Order: sequence, then structure tokens, then C-alpha cells
Amino acid sequence: MVFLQVLLNGLLLGGIYACIGAGFSLVWGVVNIINILHGSFIVLGGYGAWYAYTHWGVHPFVALLPLGVLGYAGGWLLQQYVIRHVMAAKVLVTLTLTFGLNLLLNNLMTFGFSADFRKVVLPSQEPISWAALTLPTDRTLSMVAAVAVVVLTHTLMTRTMLGRSIVAVRMDPQAAQLMGVDVPRTFAATFGLGTSLALIAGAILSPIFPISPVVADGYLAKAFIVCVLGGLGSLPGVLAGGVLLGVVESVGSYFLGSSHALTLSYVLLLAFLLLRPQGLMGKKGFE
Amino acid sequence: MKLNKSVFWVIFVGSVALLTVVGDNYWLRIGTTVALYAALASSWNIIGGFTGYPSFATAAFFGLGAYASAIGQMHGIPMALAWSLAALIGGVFALLLGLGLLRLRGHYFAVASLVVAELFRELITGGGDFTGGGMGLNLALLPISSLAQARLFLLAFSALAALSALLSLWIIGSRFGVALRCIEQNEDAAAMVGVAVTRHKALALALSAVFASAAGAVYANWLNYIDPSDVFNVLLSVKPIVTALLGGVGTVVGPFAGAVALAGLEELVIKGALDLNGVFLGLAIVLLILFLPRGVMGFLSPARRARKAST
Repeated sequence: MVFLQVLLNGLLLGGIYACIGAGFSLVWGVVNIINILHGSFIVLGGYGAWYAYTHWGVHPFVALLPLGVLGYAGGWLLQQYVIRHVMAAKVLVTLTLTFGLNLLLNNLMTFGFSADFRKVVLPSQEPISWAALTLPTDRTLSMVAAVAVVVLTHTLMTRTMLGRSIVAVRMDPQAAQLMGVDVPRTFAATFGLGTSLALIAGAILSPIFPISPVVADGYLAKAFIVCVLGGLGSLPGVLAGGVLLGVVESVGSYFLGSSHALTLSYVLLLAFLLLRPQGLMGKKGFE
Repeated sequence: MKLNKSVFWVIFVGSVALLTVVGDNYWLRIGTTVALYAALASSWNIIGGFTGYPSFATAAFFGLGAYASAIGQMHGIPMALAWSLAALIGGVFALLLGLGLLRLRGHYFAVASLVVAELFRELITGGGDFTGGGMGLNLALLPISSLAQARLFLLAFSALAALSALLSLWIIGSRFGVALRCIEQNEDAAAMVGVAVTRHKALALALSAVFASAAGAVYANWLNYIDPSDVFNVLLSVKPIVTALLGGVGTVVGPFAGAVALAGLEELVIKGALDLNGVFLGLAIVLLILFLPRGVMGFLSPARRARKAST
């Protein structure tokens, strides 16, 4: 029964990790940029939700809508006016650029909000119990919201014109261009979507995880791992990678102690990079 | 940056000698920082510039060297020997690491190399008394005056930078260097014409790591104190790259010019704004990449090749 509980905790964590990785995976898979800013964007979303809750009493799950829109606009502008200029450059240049941008944003957040930990404290609720298993309500709600966001994004990818053009560009930018897709605009839309997903993830996490600029790197690392485990740019892959990471961390910290969970996840990442760099879901598109 | 080779050496040796003789503690510290940046950037250039692999593992080698040397000295190994051992350990580790990781390319290699330092940081933080854990390690103070120490460390880092430049010059003129250039330009073609690509890449990474580890070992004695979040800081991986980009990647003189520029920028602008130093460094990086194409010129390649290389 204890093991079942550990597994259940892992699944909860996994759904949340999937949401952390979704936007990052999209940007890496489609625009071919490793967005070091992703972790800071998640924290920024957390601050947005925290501000809305403490000043206006708006629930984070409501605040995520305007945050998503703002994120889309911000990401779109960033891609269109800054990152676009280095699209032709090597990995080293693009990575160093987003690293510099991250340094800037993270430092600004520390300056504006200080490094103190903040949290959205919702009215406490009874945990959901079933037999000997318990589910903390806040964590469960966040997990449900997180998975819903990933599934909705997947629907967006398969059902809308924008989604189809993003998938087309991911598969083959030249062919997509020939078919009449505006590739630079699709890149901007993808970066917007990725940023939007990061801010939304931050809002969803705000009731369960502390908010501070110092946790940004941790989120970025999770996004990396989820992405590599699941396979690039694939949303079902992100879900699979998130769940695998969540379960491994949960089971790992049960047997080895929680201080080794992070070490274990890095080892898992390196093992996947070396043995199966295409991830669990192979190199297929979004379908 | 087309400086004549002998002009470069005259300026380099001249400024180190001048600083050693007449520099006070303040100028010696700046000179030491420049020499440290130059040593890290110049050695990173072997794998990142000549071979074209976006390595973010400098912090891993630096921290490994710092800890190997510090732990060695705590167990009674003399300082100079501990430095050499640390360099050797770093090189051997990088060789083994490279045989595995260098099968990856582009983003995958970059991410994997980035993770090595994070993994080390976790392992050393959880390492208990042997590594000092998150509390770090204190090193014994040297029994010489602070001015003599400042001179010693300037000379130590300068020696590393000079050795790295000499090695780079040798590589450029050697068969080994030609192989690295081939790998940088088209690895598949290089493999096809008979270059043992994996062996060459791993050796390039190892040579670069020898200097990063030695620099870490000297750094530990320079500060008398190390902790995991300091010596495995991701900035230690990024600054050598920024330094090289500033001065010119793939050249011998570039990393030195970049080191002077970066250290100068930090001293004049970034150190003055305590709370906002990340903003200024970040802004400097962004402006460098967007508006100083000459610093990154010859580095931008056609879109197709960049995409192909990273998938």
C-alpha cells in the first residue's frame, strides 16, 4: 500500500512536470532554440498569479488566462525582434543569447520581488482519501489543471490552422515554406505559445510550490529532463516524460532519501541522452 | 584581431612582468582575473572553437580540479603537486566523458555537457565530511605576505594562459589541428576520409579540461575556500564562451583580447551595480551577440547547416 501511495505521488508530480516541460519542448522542437529563459518565465507566471491573488483575490486558475495572453504577446515579440536575428547561428550563439536574456530577467525579478519565497495560500481543504491512500487536494487540482493544459495544447496542435502550420514547420521548414506557411511568423507564434505555457505553468504551480527567482534553474532542469525523456516537440512525449520523471523521483526518494532525487534525475537524463536521445516517443511529429 | 604573433607575446609577457613588479593588490587582482578568464577561454577554444562542439562543461572541469586539489592538500599533498594531479584527473575524466558524450551533437551535446556540472554539484553537496558537503572546504593559508600571494597567483594563472596559447599555436600547425578543423566543418565527411573523429574529439575535450581543472585547482588556493555552488556555477561555463565570442572564436589571440574586455567591463560597469550586476552582464551578452557581429563573424553559418548540425 505504501508503494502504491509512492507511485500515486509520482503520478501527481508527473502531471505537473509535463506542464513545466510542454512550452520548452515546443520551442526546442519547432524553433530549434534551447530557451534558457523558460524557468524564469515559470517563476514570472508564479509572481503574476501571486500578485493577482494577494491584491485582487483572483484565483490562480483564473489568473492564468490573462497571464497566458500576456505570455504569448511577450514571447512573440521576443522571437520576432531579438531571437530571430540569430536563427541562422550555431547552437553556441543561440544558447548564449538566451542565457544572457535569462540572467537579465532573473536579476530583474530578484531586484523587484527579492529572493524571498512567496506562496499563494489558498483556503485549506480536506485531502481526498480513498482506502489507505490520500491525495493532497491542492496538488491534485494543480495536476488536473496541468494535464488539461497539455491536452488542450495538443488539441490546438491537431485541430487549428496555427497548430497545423507549427507541426508542418517542425517536420520540414523548407517544405512548409513552399506550401505557403509563413515560417518566421510560425516561429514567433511557437515562441509565444511556449512562453504562454510557461507563465500558465507558473500560475498553476503557485498554490503548491514556493515562488522565488532562485527556483528558476530547478524548473529549467525539470523541463530539460522531461523533454529529453519524452522526445522533442511531442506533447504526448512530454506527458510520458513527465510521468516517468515524477515516478522515478518519487520512488527514488522513497528508497534513497529525498536529497538524492535530483542526482537520480540527472543520471536518468544523461543515461537517456547517451542511450536513447530520441526519447521515449521516438522522433515522430505531434500525432 | 589580426595581431602578429610576436607582438602578442611581447604585450602578454610585458604586461604580466610589469604588473608583477609594480602592481599593487588592486591591479594584481584585476590582472589575475584577466589571466583566469584568458586561460579558461583559450582552453575552451580547443573544443568549442577549433572542434566546434558547444561545450558547457567548463564549470564541471573547473570544480572537479578545485575539489581534487583541495581534498589532496587536506590529505597532505604539497600544493604544486596537488595542482598537477588535479589537472591530470580533469584530463582523464574528460577523456572518458568525451568518449561517451561526444557522440551527441548540437543541442544534445550542449545540454549533456551542462548537466555534468549540476550532477557534480549534487554529488559533492551530498558527499559528507570527505567533500565538506554544502559547507565547502577551507584551505590552509600560505605562509607568505598578501602581496607575494597576489603575485604568485597572477603568475600561476598567466602561466596557464600562456601554456594554453602555446598549445593552441601548436594545434593550429599540426595534423591534429587539421583533423579538428575537418570535424568542425563537416564531421561526416571527416569520418569518411579517415579521421578518427571520436578519438580526436575526446582528446580535444581532454586537453581543454586539463587547463580548466588546473585553473580550478589554483583558484581554490587563491580564495582559500571553495563550495559547490561557487566552483560549479554555470557562469564558469558561460563566461569562457562569452570571452571567446568577444575576442573571436577559433583564434589564438581572441580569448586574450576577450578576457581583457570582459574583465574590464565587469570592473567598470558590472561591479558598480551590486544588485543589478546580472542585468548588466546579461545585457552585455545580448548586445554582444546582436550588435557585435564582428566578434561572432565567421561563426554564423547558413541556416541549413545550423539546423542540420543540431538535429
